[in-house]
Amino acid sequence: MSPPPALVIAGPGTNRDRDLALALELAGADPTIVMSTELVDHPELLDDAKLLAVAGGFSYGDALGAGRLLALDLNVRIGDALREFVASGRPVIGICNGFQVLTRTKLLPGALGHNAHGRFECRWVVLEPQPRSRCLWTKGIEQPIHCPIAHGEGRYVHPDPDALAEAGQIALTYRSTNPNGSVADIAGVCNAAGNVLGLMPHPENFVVGRQHPHARQGSGLDHLGLRLFQNGVAAAAEM
Amino acid sequence: MTVADIVFVEGELDADQLTRLQGFLVDPLLQTGSWNVPAGDGVEVTFLPGVTDTSAGALLHAAEQLGVPVTAAATGRRIEFGDDVDDEAAERIVRRVVANPVIERWSAGTVEPTFHAESTATGVAEIVPIIGKSTDELLTIGVERALALDPEELLAVQRHFTEAGREPTDVELETLAQTWSEHCAHKTFRAVISTDDGEDRPSLIAMLRNCTDAIDAPFVRSAFVGNAGIIGFEGDTTYALKAETHNHPSAVEPFGGANTGVGGVIRDVLGIAHRPIAVTDILCFGPPDTPLSEVPDGALHPLRIRDGVIDGVADYGNKIGLPTVAGAVLYDAGYTTNPLVFAGCIGVAEGWQLHDGPHPGDRVVVLGGRTGRDGIRGATFSSLTMDATTGEVAGASVQIGDPIVEKLLIDVLADADDLYTQITDCGAGGLSSAVGEMAEGVGADVELELVPLKYAGLEPWEIWLSEAQERMVVAVDPSKLADLQDRCDYYGVELADIGEFTGDGVLTVRSGGTPVLELTTDFLHDGRPQRQMTAAMPTPVRDAWIGREVDDPRATLLALLSHLNIASKADTIHRYDHEILGATAVRPLVGALADAPADGVVLAEPTDEVGIAIGIGVNPWWGLHDPEAMAYGAVDEAMRNVVAVGADPDRVALLDNFSWGDPRRESTLGELVAAVEGCCAASMAYRAPFVSGKDSLNNEYTGADGKRHAVPPTLVITAVAHVPDADVCVTPVLAQPGNALVLLGTTQREFAGSHLDLLLGEPDEVGTVPAPDPDAPVRYRNLHQAILEGLVWSCHDVSEGGLAVALAEMCIAGRFGAEITDLPHDDLTTSLFSESQSRLIVEVSPGDLDRFRDVMHEDVLVLGHVTEGDDLVLPGLDPLDVEDLADAFSRTEDGS
Repeated sequence: MSPPPALVIAGPGTNRDRDLALALELAGADPTIVMSTELVDHPELLDDAKLLAVAGGFSYGDALGAGRLLALDLNVRIGDALREFVASGRPVIGICNGFQVLTRTKLLPGALGHNAHGRFECRWVVLEPQPRSRCLWTKGIEQPIHCPIAHGEGRYVHPDPDALAEAGQIALTYRSTNPNGSVADIAGVCNAAGNVLGLMPHPENFVVGRQHPHARQGSGLDHLGLRLFQNGVAAAAEM
Repeated sequence: MTVADIVFVEGELDADQLTRLQGFLVDPLLQTGSWNVPAGDGVEVTFLPGVTDTSAGALLHAAEQLGVPVTAAATGRRIEFGDDVDDEAAERIVRRVVANPVIERWSAGTVEPTFHAESTATGVAEIVPIIGKSTDELLTIGVERALALDPEELLAVQRHFTEAGREPTDVELETLAQTWSEHCAHKTFRAVISTDDGEDRPSLIAMLRNCTDAIDAPFVRSAFVGNAGIIGFEGDTTYALKAETHNHPSAVEPFGGANTGVGGVIRDVLGIAHRPIAVTDILCFGPPDTPLSEVPDGALHPLRIRDGVIDGVADYGNKIGLPTVAGAVLYDAGYTTNPLVFAGCIGVAEGWQLHDGPHPGDRVVVLGGRTGRDGIRGATFSSLTMDATTGEVAGASVQIGDPIVEKLLIDVLADADDLYTQITDCGAGGLSSAVGEMAEGVGADVELELVPLKYAGLEPWEIWLSEAQERMVVAVDPSKLADLQDRCDYYGVELADIGEFTGDGVLTVRSGGTPVLELTTDFLHDGRPQRQMTAAMPTPVRDAWIGREVDDPRATLLALLSHLNIASKADTIHRYDHEILGATAVRPLVGALADAPADGVVLAEPTDEVGIAIGIGVNPWWGLHDPEAMAYGAVDEAMRNVVAVGADPDRVALLDNFSWGDPRRESTLGELVAAVEGCCAASMAYRAPFVSGKDSLNNEYTGADGKRHAVPPTLVITAVAHVPDADVCVTPVLAQPGNALVLLGTTQREFAGSHLDLLLGEPDEVGTVPAPDPDAPVRYRNLHQAILEGLVWSCHDVSEGGLAVALAEMCIAGRFGAEITDLPHDDLTTSLFSESQSRLIVEVSPGDLDRFRDVMHEDVLVLGHVTEGDDLVLPGLDPLDVEDLADAFSRTEDGS
């Protein structure tokens, strides 16, 4: 079977697009990076994609709030096409700035504010996949996922996290110390249908064993971030 | 105190449009907002006219998407204080802590935004009469225009125009001043230097180049040419290496200075057709606890400088999407008024060839950001010493970065090297130096009215000299212009075709068709008389091995671990994204709890077998006593760092970055000559060639009281080395209880410039700085062999603080204990705290010890072994709990 085509959206200032494309490729997809400015002029590019990913970085330099301008561009120009893509059940993932974009486009609930300690922070964290989640990206993953965070605006805010948990929309929580003050230790959420995942940490930066900080001590292989992408690509292949 | 963001919009907006805009600006889950003018007391801060306001640009973009007719926008901050802060105190807090008068203005109540920075320009060049003037009169003109030229240079300019039979324009004078500045022309490194020791030497730059030529390493592809050094260890892959300083701008506006320092060095790598992959930073600040009363008038407090600089580095590196991986933070009172910011960048390319253009007929094309009145005269600014008025007059020298524009420039230019015949970045001197350098021997004819401006009203010399950021100049064959334009359109990067490379050897610059500059490129580049300088060589003490007395070695070890230079830099490191691109195989922080320092870092593409290691060597305190030994030691430290992580010591390239005081003082120049000699000796000993370097001189500050403050002689050596197998890198993380801990190298009573002396104060007789170890090159080669054979479980270099600190760091890294039974010297203090060069601690399994000894071919000392326990046990001392060591090491950088 040929690898399912995946589209990675990069806005001006997105910078983890190549990392994300590599993760999708290693997970078995055929990724293409497209500038958001190109995509809004050619929404038909979405038709051929079986998986959509919004990469991390600093679109528009985080001016006036992380992810807001890119979300505005997408919403104004191709909002309907994106909602159709989601409604079709095809897997969508937004990481870091991509997560911020997906909340601002209302494809995911909640919002992301400045870290509680007020600073950008980069460090490795441990993520707990939530067994009750409806999320197709975390389905069946029992081992915690290890990967780095690198963000300044990653504090997840939601008025009713209990309802979110009840609906199976909390996909990942911080098992290590909550790095940013997110409500209910939430690191990643999905939509009600479970095909759209947004998360602040960067599983795309743990796709080969050597990337783990303790790889030399033989640790990490059970906790690959690649697992998430394998789930997403498997779902895409069935579309 | 509360802080609110302000946006100012200009336009005829109805209520519905305001609501729509508010819906975009204010996320109800996170924020509140109002269009009403606030009634309460407060202070509002906004940018000075002409300073780039990227958020305002974003707001205009958003308004357009929302269909809201905003005609102009600006942003700012509003600060409201509690009742206990009176107006005067509020003003003081805003001036000293919140705002920076170099780029911002503020007022109590509400501030009027700058919607339009346009002004009216004459568009013509001013004629500056110099023919027939006396030397004194020329010097006066030089001072008035901040030309920073020597009398001989001014006379050469005068002679040139006298022969041409016409007076120069301001554009011509400014261009010559930039091109001939210390910053651009490296006059000291190219000078004829006579020394008082009777030895004849070539120029400093020739000394370094001669070493590289003599070593003739097969992996050097290009050294000391263009923007960066180029090396290639395997196949078609090449790496571009460059490190720069941005000291003066960082002293005046720490955030912007450091921010654009990073941006500039990234462009250097881009400017030699390599894709940037990593950033390094070495930062030197005054002590954070410096009393405000000791900060000279006109200078910023070290804490403010440090916070701004670190924010600036983090902002640029994080946003452009490059890992900031290797670095150091040093503190010394000598840096209080002269902070040093060294920024480095590494890039990669496949199948790189040096471009052979520009060719006559090629277009002169400017890519990237627009040109404004920012950073004007930066090259001459950095070539003058600073004084109490520098902050006021240098405002226009400050640049503001926009990493997103540079990110897009990378996307346009990386992998597009077939679209241009030559490339360089717009750095110091702006277009004048970029186009001027490119046109050397070819000539060019450009029109300033074609340069895209941020706002109207720039005079010709301002357009030509502006150091506005994020611009590249490329020479493009006319047949390739459309393809390049397409690429630029895709990424949203502005392209301006401003003229042609002519082939007549004359640089012609026009404003509205009228020439404002006409100089042969021969005169521009070769007309400067070579500087003649005199150096008084230092006479270091090399034969006095004087020990030190320490009352309580345990307390001393803990105090050293907490010394600002040695203590954990985790607070800073975590501010930098060191994970992006997924290639960071050995991180700056390592260990069970990721709270111990690595020696070098290793970068390897996730799917590649090979990688590169980066090591840094710097030790200014040695330089105060023996600049030559300091330089040798800095090279040795950088070598140790890369060898310790598993790099091949026979495939190492070096960068040199000197930050020094005013070289016109003979003793200062003598120290510089000695340091270059130390670099050369070490380079030859290790067969590690220098491929690029940069000197920043004149790092001095004259206070309002006339007192001179110079930096300690600071040399940063960056080593970049081949890692044959990125899967078997070594770190200082102790791995296996029972393993032996082996010390390589010899330990002497060498305490001059040591951290023990920094801690306890120097005795009257300091003795000697650690001397070079002639056995070290063979030692490193053998250690590499041992690593390849899998004999090395962990490894750490012995540097600041000596053996005790190195052992403590290994224990912290592995969260294991160690029992030390044998020491390298009869004297306990020497054993524990001497900083003798070329030493490493290696963890070896007991069963491999014989084999390890065979491979090393020299006497090695088994210090003791790794234990399961919680203690570092040193002979004759009570045990030290590893958690106490970790606590001492991880005290915060504020000294709290």
